[in-house]
Formats: sequence, C-alpha cells, structure tokens
Amino acid sequence: MEYWQKDIETLNRESLEKLQLERLKKTVELAGYSPYYSKLFKESGLSADSIHSLNDLKKFPFTTKDDLRNNYPFGLVAIPLKDCVRIHSSSGTTGNPTVVLHSAKDLDQWANQVARCMYMVGIRNTDVFQNTSGYGMFTGGLGFQYGAEKLGALTVPAAAGNTKRQIKFIRDFGTTSLHIIPSYATHLAEVMYDMGIDPHKDTKLRIACIGAEPHSEEQRQRIQELLGIKAYNCFGMSEMNGPGVAFECQEQNGLHIWEDYVIPEIINPDTLQPVEEGEVGELVLTTINREAMPLIRYRTHDLTCFIPGACPCGRTHRRLARFKGRCDDMIILKGVNLFPIQIEKILMQFKELSSNYLITLETVNDNDEMLIEVELSDLFTDDYGILQRLAKDITRQLKDELLLTPHLKLVAKGSLPVQEGKAVRVKDLRKLS
Amino acid sequence: MTVNQISIFLENKYGKLCESLSLLAKENIRIIAATVADTSEYGILRIIVSEPQKAYKILKSNNVSANLTEVNAIVTHSAAGSFTETLSHFTKAGLSIEYMYCFSINGKAILILKTNNKDITREVIRRQNLEYICESDLSKL
Repeated sequence: MEYWQKDIETLNRESLEKLQLERLKKTVELAGYSPYYSKLFKESGLSADSIHSLNDLKKFPFTTKDDLRNNYPFGLVAIPLKDCVRIHSSSGTTGNPTVVLHSAKDLDQWANQVARCMYMVGIRNTDVFQNTSGYGMFTGGLGFQYGAEKLGALTVPAAAGNTKRQIKFIRDFGTTSLHIIPSYATHLAEVMYDMGIDPHKDTKLRIACIGAEPHSEEQRQRIQELLGIKAYNCFGMSEMNGPGVAFECQEQNGLHIWEDYVIPEIINPDTLQPVEEGEVGELVLTTINREAMPLIRYRTHDLTCFIPGACPCGRTHRRLARFKGRCDDMIILKGVNLFPIQIEKILMQFKELSSNYLITLETVNDNDEMLIEVELSDLFTDDYGILQRLAKDITRQLKDELLLTPHLKLVAKGSLPVQEGKAVRVKDLRKLS
Repeated sequence: MTVNQISIFLENKYGKLCESLSLLAKENIRIIAATVADTSEYGILRIIVSEPQKAYKILKSNNVSANLTEVNAIVTHSAAGSFTETLSHFTKAGLSIEYMYCFSINGKAILILKTNNKDITREVIRRQNLEYICESDLSKL
C-alpha cells in the first residue's frame, strides 16, 4: 500500500485524537480574533480554556450558512486581511453569498489535502490530469489544480464544457485521470461513442474523481463501464476549502474524512443531538488546520453516517457513507449549488408573472436540466414577441444569479397545481437510488 | 374605427384550444375569424367574435388568460389587386404592420390589421375613404 503521507494517514486513533485536541484548542483561540466568534465567545463565556477533551466541542454552538451570510464579507476572518491571499465566493447577487478566505499556508495545506486524495486513488506524477470543473470562484477548479500540481501530475486545466474540445485533449494529450461531475461523465462517454471513439481502446483514461453532486452506486458503475476506468467518489465544500474533505480509497467503500484537517460530528438535524452509532444524520465539521477563517461546528446540511470498523487500506481516518442528500432545500445541479429562494427572488421582480412557479429537475439525454414553469399573471399582451423577450429577460437574470442556465417556460395562469399549505417548489425527477 | 380582438394564451397541451372555444360556443358566441401565432411552447390564439365584450367576460370568469386588443377591420373586394392596393395605403403612410390576417364573408374580404400607430391608421382610413367594420357591426356578420 502506498500513501502520500503514511504517518498521518495511518496514525493510531489515540495519537490522532491527541493531535485533534491540540489543534482544536489552537483553532478556538484563533477564532477568537474574528469579529463573529469574538462576540460569541464574549457573550457565552466560551474560550480555548473551555476545551479539555474533544467532547468539550459540544459546548460550542453551531455555525450555519446564515451566520456566514449575515457576516458577509469578512466577519469570520481571524487574521489580518493583508495576510489573506484568496477569496472564494458562492453564487448569488440578490442575497449575500458565502465567502471563504485563505492565507498562503491555508492554500498550501489544501493543496496537500487534495494531493493526498489523488495519490490515494492511484494518481501519480506520471499521470496526465484533466480538470473539467469550472474555475474562477468554483473551488473544484483551483482546488484540484493546486492539488494536482503539488502531486506533480501534468495538468490540463480544461475547465467546464465544450465536450468536443475535452475529447480532443483526452486523445491528444493522453489524459489518464479526470476530475468530473457524474452527470457530465456519462454525457462525455455518450459523445465519444457517437464520434466512434471507444474510451477503452482509444484513450489512456484510467481514473476519475467524481463528486460535487450526490450520485448512486449504479451511476458510478455505469461511469466505470462506459469509460473503462475506476471512478472514485470525492466530497468537499467551499466552507471546508473545497474538494479534498473526504475521498474514497481504492476499496471504494466509504469516503475517508481527513481527521487532521477537520473534526467530524453527525447530528440529528431536528434535535441537534449526536446520533447513535452508525445512524444517518447531518454532518457537522470543525476546521482544525486553517488560519484565515476557522469554522467551529459548521452545519453542512449534508446527510451521511460513519461506517464502523477498520478499512483494509490501513488508513485510520474514519469513513463516511455515500451521501444521502440534503436536509435543507439546497439544489445541486451539474455540480452547482443553488437555492429555490434565489429563483423566487428573481421571478417576483417581474410583475407580468404570478407567484406560482414550479422547478423540475430531470435528466434529459444524460444531461441534468432544470425546467422552471412560471404562470403569467394575466395575458397583458397579444404580441408573442413581447412574451419571447420577457422569457429571455427572465432567463438571463436567472443565469446571472445562479451561474447556470435553466429552461424557462411561461404557462397560463392556473395551470400549475395549486399548493395547499407549504408550497412544494421543487420536483426532482433525476434517478438516484 | 376599431374592433376588439380577443387573444388567448394557449399552452401546447392537447385539448387546450377546444376547451377555451367551447366556453364561447355554449353562450352562442360566433367565431368570425381566427389565427394562431405559435412558438414551440405556447401559442396565442387571436379571434374576432360576434360579441367581444361578452366573450372576454366569459373567458375571464373561467380563468382563461385572455386579452382584448384593438385592431382595424378593413373591407376590401375580392377582385385581384384589391388586397395589395388597400395594404399599400398603410405602408405608404409609413406604418408598420405588426400582424394581419383575412377572412371573407358575404362576398367581401375583410383584412384584420394591427399597426404600430393607431392615430396615423385612423387618418389613412379617413383620407382614403376606406370601408371598415366597427364593433357594433360584428354581431350582424
């Protein structure tokens, strides 16, 4: 078995937990320098001195996405701004996005984290690595980029889209490994077959890191078969750097979460208490290897459970089961996160529209698509050119807000089902088991 | 000098067109002319009916997305060249024709026109002494 960092990856639990406790104390102390946490500590009397064991973490309140939004942009930054070297931001122009800041050391540690994951699944400095994630503010772009460079692989920063070009690179540059979202992986394979290319024979592809959206074991198997590769589930979020938070090893049975980078907890999202051993609940993460923006007990709203027992790979960092979904209303489409409220805010700006709308997520020809049906308030014109322009205008604003383009359909007033009680705004028809 | 045309928003769903029109048939409202402007997702049905105000009320009370638009209904003759001649009066006056459709009734050809300027259109009709149909004439057609 080969490890990127054998010592830390196979560190016995007792020493690992000792390391976590040390880092936790430092983290809480550091967090006290941010406006948000210093106020919270002052009001609650909590501090690094409140921590004598890992169990004392429970004394601290949760941090939520709303806390990040409400303290936008720099309320949770713990070091001087001049020592920060990067900002990553989520989408959103109507509300406050969530931002995460990094110091140079944070970026280096993140790159190491990603390199460790890539090494774990068998990627080496002799590999050619193509990243099909969006770059810019998307952490999947730069996150994998720096990680792959640290690993020493030959990187192809292809970014998202333009499938013909992706395929050209794969063939011309001898790409052996990919970072790709599951829904795009199947689409890429289909286009290859349409072009008469057999990925098994005509490409050098062997490994893919798939993630950014929940997907089933069946989808993973299908990707492996279609492309003739091994596909490994990867998990991350911008609040915890980005990709690299948890990753499958070559056993493909659970994602190792790096416990020298975070302390994971799983809670019942309704009672907020820890769940029983092996029970599914919401993942809560505390950073213990970040200085610019430490986060204490951050509620991820992602649902999973710990897989008990030792992993045959020898790594002692616990495994999380395949993610089951969300316990909030966040939608993940083509690896992009968005909330129905973002869509609603835009639609409500148009007085030509009534307040009834329905978002349908479906897989069309291997592509995940979003259809938004919205009722016209009244037929205010008989000119369908005006209606066309209205639809175009709404779509453009949605694209600016969400960073992806939905399919918008104007429908007659009263044609969408009337909602009793809390409106169900999202119908997810994509196949996930 | 104008008549009210009714436009109805139709989703491209089977049966939507018949649904709306049968509401009018039930109340003995006659459809004099009809046309559909369509896209791949929806259509706009434009109709001239015998009693536009009554028809509009019926549609609205049945929650149909409908709209009343003033259009001109110009009478021409079915002789060759008559259509072109009539149209040219409007275009020579610098008017844009947003859409139009025709039907013939009792040996006459009627041209339904929507232009971009109501006032200039009225001037043209007056100056050229064009024959037109007004709303009260509709029920007699």
